Amino acid sequence: MFEQIKHNLETIEGIESYPITALLIFFIFFVGLAFWVLSYKKDKIEEMSQIPLND
Amino acid sequence: MEMQQFYYDNKIVKKFIYATIVFGVVGMLVGLILATMFLFPNMTDGISWLSFGRLRPLHTNAVIFAFVGNAMFAGIYYSLQRLLKARMFSDFLSNLNFWGWQLIIVAAAISLPLGYSTSKEYAELEWPIDIAIALIWVAFGVNMIGTILKRRERHLYVAIWFYIATFVTVAVLHIFNSLELPISMTKSYSVYAGVQDALVQWWYGHNAVAFFLTTPFLGLMYYFVPKVANRPVYSYRLSIVHFWSLIFLYIWAGPHHLLYSALPTWAQNLGVVFSIMLIAPSWGGMINGLLTLRGVWDKVRVDPVLKFFVVAITGYGMATFEGPMLSLKNVNAIAHYTDWIIAHVHVGALAWNGFMAFGIIYWLIPRMSKSTLYSIKLANFHFWIGTLGIILYTIPMYVAGFTQASMWKQFNPDGTLTYGNFLETVTQIMPMYWMRAIGGVLYLTGMLVLVYNIIQTVRAGETIEDELAEAPALQQISSGRIKGEKYHAWLERKPIQLTIFAVIAILIGGIIQIVPTIMIKSNIPTIATVKPYSPLELQGRDLYIREGCVGCHSQSVRPFRSEVERYGPQSKAGEFVYDHPFLWGSKRTGPDLLREGGKYNDNWHFNHFWSPQSISAGSIMPGYKWLFANEAMDISMTEKKMQAMQTLGVPYTDEQIANGQKELRTQALKIEESLKNDPDFVKSYDESKKKAEARGETFVPMNEREVVALIAYIQRLGTDIKVKTNK
Repeated sequence: MFEQIKHNLETIEGIESYPITALLIFFIFFVGLAFWVLSYKKDKIEEMSQIPLND
Repeated sequence: MEMQQFYYDNKIVKKFIYATIVFGVVGMLVGLILATMFLFPNMTDGISWLSFGRLRPLHTNAVIFAFVGNAMFAGIYYSLQRLLKARMFSDFLSNLNFWGWQLIIVAAAISLPLGYSTSKEYAELEWPIDIAIALIWVAFGVNMIGTILKRRERHLYVAIWFYIATFVTVAVLHIFNSLELPISMTKSYSVYAGVQDALVQWWYGHNAVAFFLTTPFLGLMYYFVPKVANRPVYSYRLSIVHFWSLIFLYIWAGPHHLLYSALPTWAQNLGVVFSIMLIAPSWGGMINGLLTLRGVWDKVRVDPVLKFFVVAITGYGMATFEGPMLSLKNVNAIAHYTDWIIAHVHVGALAWNGFMAFGIIYWLIPRMSKSTLYSIKLANFHFWIGTLGIILYTIPMYVAGFTQASMWKQFNPDGTLTYGNFLETVTQIMPMYWMRAIGGVLYLTGMLVLVYNIIQTVRAGETIEDELAEAPALQQISSGRIKGEKYHAWLERKPIQLTIFAVIAILIGGIIQIVPTIMIKSNIPTIATVKPYSPLELQGRDLYIREGCVGCHSQSVRPFRSEVERYGPQSKAGEFVYDHPFLWGSKRTGPDLLREGGKYNDNWHFNHFWSPQSISAGSIMPGYKWLFANEAMDISMTEKKMQAMQTLGVPYTDEQIANGQKELRTQALKIEESLKNDPDFVKSYDESKKKAEARGETFVPMNEREVVALIAYIQRLGTDIKVKTNK
């Protein structure tokens, strides 16, 4: 089953460029985003997620 | 701290909800009429403004901009005020937004059936309406940003980020895709040609889905799901990741609509890579929405609102899984141009947008009219019949899509196409079109049940009035970062800076993809034999656009053995350099027409336009009898059209333009002569001449009627590259 899927993917034109392009973009963008998100304090996150329930 | 009293504007929310309901019924009804036309192609025979080609853009525009658009405004106007603890910035702008938007919808509902269309999908409206859209959209944006600036809540909840991204991105997309050169109040030409026009159009088309149908509704999800379930979103951190990654990635994915077309390969590949990556934020968002309901699934059993939300979010998950799969080149090779795509978009529209809108309406109306829903039972009935409708709509379309693709590609052992006649692949799936129409009936029935339920609820409840609220004023703090304040905490209380970052995130993808293709002419190799259209062909091309032929016929041959065998040589970018706008199409209900020129003689087309069934029994193409009407076609714009084309870079000489009408007439006379080769034509032509005289009407010779121009255009298609040169 997996072999079949793999074979199909290999026949896509220009496939060689996919992995490295995708990896680079993913890596830089998401590492940055992870730093961003994880640096929140927990109480801040909770405070913000309560906003819709406060009216 | 001093409490300030103010009123939430509920009346504007009410207006938008009513508009949502009215245009929901209209949009779905037009959809159902179109579905029925697959079964009875000539049910509106002879009525130009009720023909399939003209109603199709009306359906898509009504559902996207009228139904979903009004639902979006209703939800934003309700949630934004409460999330910011402030009334909308300006009542005038709120009402301008409302009435302006409805006026645009009415203008669309009149102009599209009349055939005033740019032919660019989801952007068919002509330039004066485009300008009105831009103005009203800015009014909405100013109103929203104004409200944000006078807010009483320091932090901008994540839903508002989605609203901001919606506003700025749709503005950018709409303006760049609508750049047109007007030649009259009702006609314009896209400033882009061929490949470039295709790229800009699908950069727009894809992101209209992303930023009109998705991001605002995700914002609504982040407000209404926690609100209805009465618990905070599953993970606020995830929602932040969801937001930034979604808007960053989405904007790049447009070229997946143009795989295997004449678009440069690098742009195609870039589109694919980003489409695949999109699955991550999309599913992150879906999971975040569904997991918000953890621990309250017992509520889902009894509350129709939550039921609608669950199916909506699941539909979002399905469509956003399918989207990346469809953008894989080998899957796309199967699905593109087939009914699979129709199934895909309807999972999005019916489940995600439709069911989110229904849930919100069922929740808001009782709340604002201070009553309870007239009938929970009816709402549950709506839920089930709607769900069944979605299933009955989509599954037959998936089956139809696979059937079409496999039949189009099937070869005999001797190397010929098994289904060489395209019509065989159409008649095969007629049962699927029947089932689809039944699915549509069920979904529309559910909508009508909602109408009844809401009317009864409103009648029993109090008049919807503005709602008194109070909140402390926001204390002024430094606009810079306070000591110890994290960067993002600062950013999230600074709406303008947040907006700028969002714009940067969406512009990166747009600039990298669009700018090189537009700026560098060398991207498009020129073909010496490709020449501009003759005045008559140009006239015919405008008729092709007016009648919405592009809704069912593509003009793009993909580099597959099956397509080259069926249609002729694959498309090349250089063939389209004079095509303002491009007409590649996105659906093949009928065959591709790129190489149609010269395949059949003029009489074949003449008879086929009058009654396709008389030529191909079982065809589901409607007749175009009004093209034959005893009226001279309007050629007064010929010079202006050619001048506009010249301005856009089409190499017409001044002499050609000056002789435009003369040249047009010469070519038309030639076609009339060739039509006279058919004795049947001569006979009926003479008869109609006598009839006209008997009625005392002036008889317009065939060469002056519209059908001749359309034949000229069709006969030109694809012939340029067949020209033999001495090289």
